[in-house]
Amino acid sequence: MCGIVGLHLRDPDLYPRLGELLTGMLCEMEERGADSAGVAVYGDPVWSPPGHATVTVLDAKIDKIAGIADATVIELGTTTVINAPVPVETLVNAIRSEYPDALIAGFGADVTVLKGVGHPRVLAESFQLPQAQGWQGVGHTRMATESAVTSSGAHPYAVGPDQCLVHNGSFANHATIRRHLVAQGVVFDSDNDTEVGARYVAQQLADGRDVESALKSLCAEFDGFYTLLVSNRDSFAVVRDAIACKPAVIAETDAWVAMASEYRALVGLPGIENARIFEPEPERIYAWTR
Amino acid sequence: MDAMTFDLGAERLRDVNRTLHRLKNGRARLKNPNGKHSVAAGLRSPLSVVVNGHCGYYAAGMNQLADVIIEGNAGVGVAENMMSGSVRVHGNASQSAGATAHGGLLVITGDAAARCGISMKGADIVVGGSIGHMSAFMAQAGRLVVRGDAGEALGDSIYEARLYVRGKVASLGADCIAKDMLAEHHTELRDLLDRAGFPDDDTADYTRYGSARQLYHFNAGNEY
Repeated sequence: MCGIVGLHLRDPDLYPRLGELLTGMLCEMEERGADSAGVAVYGDPVWSPPGHATVTVLDAKIDKIAGIADATVIELGTTTVINAPVPVETLVNAIRSEYPDALIAGFGADVTVLKGVGHPRVLAESFQLPQAQGWQGVGHTRMATESAVTSSGAHPYAVGPDQCLVHNGSFANHATIRRHLVAQGVVFDSDNDTEVGARYVAQQLADGRDVESALKSLCAEFDGFYTLLVSNRDSFAVVRDAIACKPAVIAETDAWVAMASEYRALVGLPGIENARIFEPEPERIYAWTR
Repeated sequence: MDAMTFDLGAERLRDVNRTLHRLKNGRARLKNPNGKHSVAAGLRSPLSVVVNGHCGYYAAGMNQLADVIIEGNAGVGVAENMMSGSVRVHGNASQSAGATAHGGLLVITGDAAARCGISMKGADIVVGGSIGHMSAFMAQAGRLVVRGDAGEALGDSIYEARLYVRGKVASLGADCIAKDMLAEHHTELRDLLDRAGFPDDDTADYTRYGSARQLYHFNAGNEY
C-alpha cells in the first residue's frame, strides 16, 4: 500500500497556496504509507526560479559547485536543492562530475523534487512544503513492499527533465524490463520496481512520444498492479492497470484538477463540494495539459 | 423523535460508532464524514442512520437490521458483508460494493465500480447506473440488478446468484450465461426495482444472467 496525491492548478490565484494544499493532501495519506515520502513541485519561485536550472540531491553535503559561480544551494532536511542560471544539462553534469556518488532525485527548469526516508508529516515540515508555490505538485507516501526503505527507494522518481512519476502497486516483470533497458544503456539508481517504470516512460518521451502514447506502451509492456500519476512541466496524467485494484479518485473544478488514492485527501481543496468526482477506469489514460 | 446528530469533523469516529452500537433503535445523523473509513460500520439494531457526505472504505460494513442512507459517494467495500437491513448510497460507489454480503438491500443510485457484489452470499444489490469489471465474481446467492451497463467478465465463476442487467454487458465471465426471463423472474425483479425506488422501469427491458453450472464438478475432459 502507498498513497498518491497530485494537484494541477488552473487558477493562478491558487499558485501561492500550492504547498499548503499539497501538504494537507500528503499528510492525509500518511496512513497508506509512512516509511518514506516525497513531493515534486512545479514552479516554485525560490527553489526553481524562472531562467534557472534546478537539481535536487539526496544525502550529500554540497556547499558549492565548481565552475558555476551563481549556484544557489538550499538545504531542506536530507535533500539539497541547487539552482543556477545555466542550462539544465550544464548543472546536472557539473554536479555529477564534482559529486559522483551523489544521488540526483530530480532535475529540470521548473521542477523541484524532495524525498527521503521518514514520516510524511515530518518530511513535509523539513521540506518547508507549506510555503511552496507553483502550478502543479505531486506527492507520495510509501509503504515499501518489494525493495528496501532507502531514500533512493522513495518516490517520486524524476529521471527525465521536469518529469515525475509516482506509483501505488507493484510491477511483476520489472526485472525483465530493467534488463532490456540496461542493455540499451539506461543507468539505474535503485532496485526499485517503480524506477523501471519511470525510466521506461522517460525513454519513450526522449524518443519523441507524448505522455499518452508512452503510458499506452507501459500498459502493454508492464505486468502487475499500478495506479500511476505521471507529470511533466506542462502535463498531468493518471493511469491504472487492467485489474484496477489500486485505488484512485480524480476531482476536477474550473480552478484545479486533483488526484489521490482516496477521496479523504481531497477534502481540504477549495470548492471540493462542487467538484466533479470520479474514479479513473482501468487502462484508460487521463491527461491534462497547461 | 429528533435524530441524534454527530459531527465527524469534531468527534472521533470510533466514539460515534461505539455510541451507535449501544442504541437499540432511533435515528441518527452523521455530518462531515469527509471520506473517513468505517463510517456507521457494525450496526446491529434497527436504527435509521443518515450520513451527510462522502464516505471512505467499508461504510455501513457488516450491517445488521439498520437502515443507512449515505448522501454522497461511498468508497471501497460499502456494505461489505451486510447481513440484513438496508444501505442506500445517493451517489457512486467504489469497488467491491456489497462484497460477500449475506442479506439486506444495497441500493446505489449512481454507478458502482469494479467487483460490485463480489462473492455475494444472499444480499440484494440494485445499481441505478452502471457497474465495473469482474462484478458478481463467484457470487453465490442473492440478486444483482443493474439499470445501466456491466463491465468485463460479469459473473465469472458464478454460483446461484441471479443477475439482471438492463444495458449492455461488455463480456461475460467463465460459466456465466444469459437465461430466459420466466414469470417468476419478472416478479422478483419488479419487487426489487420497487423496493429500490425505480417503479417506472419495465422488467421486459432486462436480461437475466446466471450460472451455466459447468464448473460445479471437476471434469477431467476440461481443456483450454
